[in-house]
Amino acid sequence: MNHTFYIAMSYGITAVTVLCLIAWTWLDGRARRRELAGLEASGIRRRSAKPTEVSQ
Amino acid sequence: MSDSIAITKISELANPTRFLALAGRVLPWLAGVTAALFMIGLYLSFTTEGDYQQGATVRIMYIHVPAAWLSMMCYTVMALSAIGTLVWRHPLADVSHKAAAPLGAAFTFVALATGSLWGKPMWGTWWVWDARLTSVFVLFLMYLGLIALNRAMDDPSKAARVSAVLILVGFVNIPIIKFSVDWWNTLHQPASVIRMGGPTLDKEFLWPLLIMALAFTLLFFTLHIIAIRNEIWRRRVAAQRRLAARLASREA
Repeated sequence: MNHTFYIAMSYGITAVTVLCLIAWTWLDGRARRRELAGLEASGIRRRSAKPTEVSQ
Repeated sequence: MSDSIAITKISELANPTRFLALAGRVLPWLAGVTAALFMIGLYLSFTTEGDYQQGATVRIMYIHVPAAWLSMMCYTVMALSAIGTLVWRHPLADVSHKAAAPLGAAFTFVALATGSLWGKPMWGTWWVWDARLTSVFVLFLMYLGLIALNRAMDDPSKAARVSAVLILVGFVNIPIIKFSVDWWNTLHQPASVIRMGGPTLDKEFLWPLLIMALAFTLLFFTLHIIAIRNEIWRRRVAAQRRLAARLASREA
């Protein structure tokens, strides 16, 4: 195995790990936003959310 | 006067709603600067000269060193958050150390994997149980242990306190990692950037390394803020589901 193999593997593993982290945080956030929107649609709101909406 | 202003600003961030608003404003800029720095850093990493001894494998340094640095910085951020949990009972402190643990584990994995891939052509071996490599491997296991502990306990406040104590006890490993190359005879080389007397690296290698280190650091803070925001939303969902269950049981 030549040097190019070790360099390509290093950058490849790093890229895959970083992309997995970005995908995990993005998908997790999207799932949580959907859950909150679903709860709000069914009439379950945070107690602190009502006065803020009224004041706006 | 300025101290009280700083304390007031930190106290304001204790409010999760204020944190979410600030995160929404800061994240696009942080992500943009991170992407730009990665483009410059990667361009320099592949256009600068190879080392006279190591040849092109020196390019592995531009990802290995920032990842190794982040593995320790992330644990330091977690230790500060743990103090925030135990001493000031800051509402976002336990959210911060819980959100940081998977990021720390990922960057430590990158440091170990790229170190191994650099070690094989330069040292002739993938792995040795010397003080530096072993202490970083212990750090990786600690991150996995903290993730498992947080997931194993149902009560978030209890999990936060137990994790915070464990994080602070485990912080002893950070100076051991940093100074292991000075205290013991290791195959791993001694420090060549952050050391008394300044960096020993030539500017040809130092600039790409510093830019990549800054890019990795900003990537960590971008992902950390997103992970904290996700955790706040997760707790809100759990709280609202409990509220819905109470309302449903009252109606029944």
